[in-house]
Amino acid sequence: MGRWRNVLRTPLGLTATVFTVGVLALAVVAPILWTDEANAVDTSNILASPSAEHWAGTDNLGRDIFYRVLVATRLTVRLALSATALAVVVGLLIGTASFLLGRRAGRVVNAGVNIAVAFPGLLLALFFAVIFGVGATGAVLAIGLAGAPAFARLTQTLVASVAARDYVAAAQVAGVGRVRILLRHVLPNISEPLVVNATIGAGGALLSFAGLSFLGLGVQQPAYDWGRLLYDGIQAIYVNPAAALAPGAAVLVAGLAFNLFGESVAKGLGVQTIGVQSLPETATDRGEAPDVAHQTSATDSAPTDTVLDVRDLVVSFPGPDGPIRPVRGVSFSVRRGEAVGVVGESGSGKSLTALAVTRLVGDPGRVDAERLELLGADLLAEDTKAQRHLLGTSLAMVFQDPMTSFNPTQRIGGQLAEVARHHQGMNRKEALARAVDRLDAVRIDQPEQRAHQYPHEFSGGMRQRAMVGMGLMGEPALIVADEPTTALDVTVQQQVLDLLKAIREEDGVALVLISHDVTVVAEVCNRVLVMYAGRIVEDLPAADLATGARHPYTRALVAAVPDMDTDLDRPLAVIPGRPVDPADVPVGCAYAARCPLASARCREEDPPLESDSLGRRVACWHAGEPIALEIEDRELEDVKAR
Amino acid sequence: MSVASSVAPAPRVGVRPHPWVWFGVRRLGRLLISLWVLVTASFLMIHLIPGDAVRAALGPTAPPDLVASKRLEMGLDDPILVQYWHYLQDLVTGDLGTSMVSNLPVTDIVAQRLPATLALALLAFAAAVLVSVPVGVTMGVLTRRGHGRRTELAFTSTSVVLGIIPDFLVGVGVVYVFGVKLGWLPVAGNETPDAYILPVLALAIGPAAILARIIRVEMVAVLEADFVRTARAKRLPARTIYLRHALPNALTASLTIGGLILGTLVAGTVLVESVFAWPGLGSTIVSSILNKDYQVVQAIVLVYGAGVLLVNTTVDVALALLDPRSLIREG
Repeated sequence: MGRWRNVLRTPLGLTATVFTVGVLALAVVAPILWTDEANAVDTSNILASPSAEHWAGTDNLGRDIFYRVLVATRLTVRLALSATALAVVVGLLIGTASFLLGRRAGRVVNAGVNIAVAFPGLLLALFFAVIFGVGATGAVLAIGLAGAPAFARLTQTLVASVAARDYVAAAQVAGVGRVRILLRHVLPNISEPLVVNATIGAGGALLSFAGLSFLGLGVQQPAYDWGRLLYDGIQAIYVNPAAALAPGAAVLVAGLAFNLFGESVAKGLGVQTIGVQSLPETATDRGEAPDVAHQTSATDSAPTDTVLDVRDLVVSFPGPDGPIRPVRGVSFSVRRGEAVGVVGESGSGKSLTALAVTRLVGDPGRVDAERLELLGADLLAEDTKAQRHLLGTSLAMVFQDPMTSFNPTQRIGGQLAEVARHHQGMNRKEALARAVDRLDAVRIDQPEQRAHQYPHEFSGGMRQRAMVGMGLMGEPALIVADEPTTALDVTVQQQVLDLLKAIREEDGVALVLISHDVTVVAEVCNRVLVMYAGRIVEDLPAADLATGARHPYTRALVAAVPDMDTDLDRPLAVIPGRPVDPADVPVGCAYAARCPLASARCREEDPPLESDSLGRRVACWHAGEPIALEIEDRELEDVKAR
Repeated sequence: MSVASSVAPAPRVGVRPHPWVWFGVRRLGRLLISLWVLVTASFLMIHLIPGDAVRAALGPTAPPDLVASKRLEMGLDDPILVQYWHYLQDLVTGDLGTSMVSNLPVTDIVAQRLPATLALALLAFAAAVLVSVPVGVTMGVLTRRGHGRRTELAFTSTSVVLGIIPDFLVGVGVVYVFGVKLGWLPVAGNETPDAYILPVLALAIGPAAILARIIRVEMVAVLEADFVRTARAKRLPARTIYLRHALPNALTASLTIGGLILGTLVAGTVLVESVFAWPGLGSTIVSSILNKDYQVVQAIVLVYGAGVLLVNTTVDVALALLDPRSLIREG
């Protein structure tokens, strides 16, 4: 019942509900109260304009149109509901037939429904109106049957989705008959969406009925529904426009009410939702300085061969209780030809860091930093043509999923060539030649032919290599690869990694490789940044990962990687606990709750990222301390700390 | 999609016929089957009418020998399969029979009435597309990522309401406002160019509103797609990202649903022609149903149905041009 209350909560839902109930109530009481007024003939006052006595004027027999509209509510609603009921019943019969008849016959039924659905309802209604004859009964049959294919299609879809569920399959295996399965398992599960759609359908039927009556094919004299009143009224629209407008307005209000009521119920019950979820826009404290309190940065002046220099990078999103900071003050630099890996669990802020340094964080995200420079150019400055040129030619991005990262509607060659045409001023032919050359450079066979193909004609590994090739259209100094192998088959992952390695070695291109996979990073990179809860917690040479890591989180990540020596009889190592929610970062060290070394100090004071003499950095009060295997030890320490 | 990505790479080139060939064959097959169903349904229509169609058409006072000779002339006393065969033969030669009321060849009636309806439907079709695409795209860009929530709410509610109002009510409304109240535009016939304005408006406004709403939703979704991020990473100008990368993809998704809506526009001419006394097929089919002139009704149902099938096929071809993947998918 709580879900039904959702319907009334929105202004539209509430209005639609009120009007629907109003129309239904009017359908019941209007003929009882006003039939005499509606039928009172006054030949001395025909086709009168609206007046205090006759609010909508009179018709050609001097009858009051306002009362006639009110009284007609019952017939209109009754006919619309009858037609809807017929449509639902016939639709259900056809729709479930494909389930009952089995695969082959079911396909024929489906094909028939698909053909029928392609024809507009009005055309079908006219067809049936011819067969069943002009008049109210004929129109009910016509509109009901015309609406049936749509309900049959809906039923088919719903039945198919339920029939795929395990309990239906189990019942089938158990030898329960199809009819019984349909009645006991399938129909109860599809009744809700059917009812909701029937409500929407009733609105449509009401409008269609008005249409048929308006054409003179529906209700005949002396009976009258709104469509018939409209038909009579429009003949005299120059004499008394109200005679057409009053029934027109009634049709409109009732049709809209039923329709929107159904849509609101659908939305409230989650039967079908249209629209896009979006973050609520709250006041963001734009003026606030980045959170720099506890982050000691590396060197003061960046060396001249620095490609990327990041200082105190903060990424924030507006949240319900003030801004949320998934990246909280990250500092690092990348030298020419260097390969830097960024590892961490999902939610550690590593991908956002990559998007932030490449200026790809979209609204409503916000990037702040003390310094963000690519080849000495300030990326935080205004978005200028020069900056776009620099980013477009000197920086290459490789994204996680090459399937979705290429535009499916354009040829690969064109998508590569676009870069050269926009940033290097090449014409179409030159740019395409460059694209073919780059595809060749990333070891794609028959590059001329391939350039003319669409992304879906490429295999996954080829697509990712083409993505790297797209980055090489300019002369990149830095490639930022965000999980470049995660979406690929294991067999082609190595190809892509080898390609990245080769490009770095041959062309001296720097690489920032984001990955959750410690082994991938260890293989390709010189240096590794370990991120946790939006901060760098350790910065160390890749060679030291296995044995020289000092932060307990880094050590846990390394320990969680199974290798040839892993004892397969023991459960796979996992890091206990959950990653930190960026909206709720605890005081002190963010990792403390999961850390076997955590002490009272860790829970109160966040450790700064300190450099040692070798340039390695770590943020931990207990860096390098041995981790006791025994849980009891930690508990003992906890007791002592208290 | 996942299937496509795991398919083996290179040597598929040139082994199968060109994808367009397959698409053409499948799409043509579906069109022919639908046409056959349509033709058969229109043939059966006369036979499904309870009682004697000729008697109904000529009226209860017509002499029995006239009815009998008419039945003989139309071949209604032949076995039904023979009649079906003759019907198909006549159809191929463009013979749609003779009107029982006016005794004119039905082909002539259709040929005389078709241009007015065609002009109306095509203009409305063009108007709906030309209005909905720019409006939908603009709204999509303005309301992406939760921007402009008031704009979104206003646009969505307006387009929902406009989409539900049936065309003939819009017709009555504009007749009242522009014809009766303001007297700016003609409200009947098609003699002058400005007579087209109100019927086209009445016919196009609902489909345009629904299409614009669909395009906005698709545009907002497409702007979140990975390949749009790739286009941003290439630092292309915003215009290029919206029009070259986002729009074609938003349109393909919209067209799938939009095709059905544009089909309803064809049938919508029946009601709108009645509002505006438009001398087309729509007003003819209504008067023929009322006069029980079934030969004419049968032919016009056929023409309308064929029109809808033509729209559906056009939409599918447009889809294939915009999105080459749909060649491989069920065509």
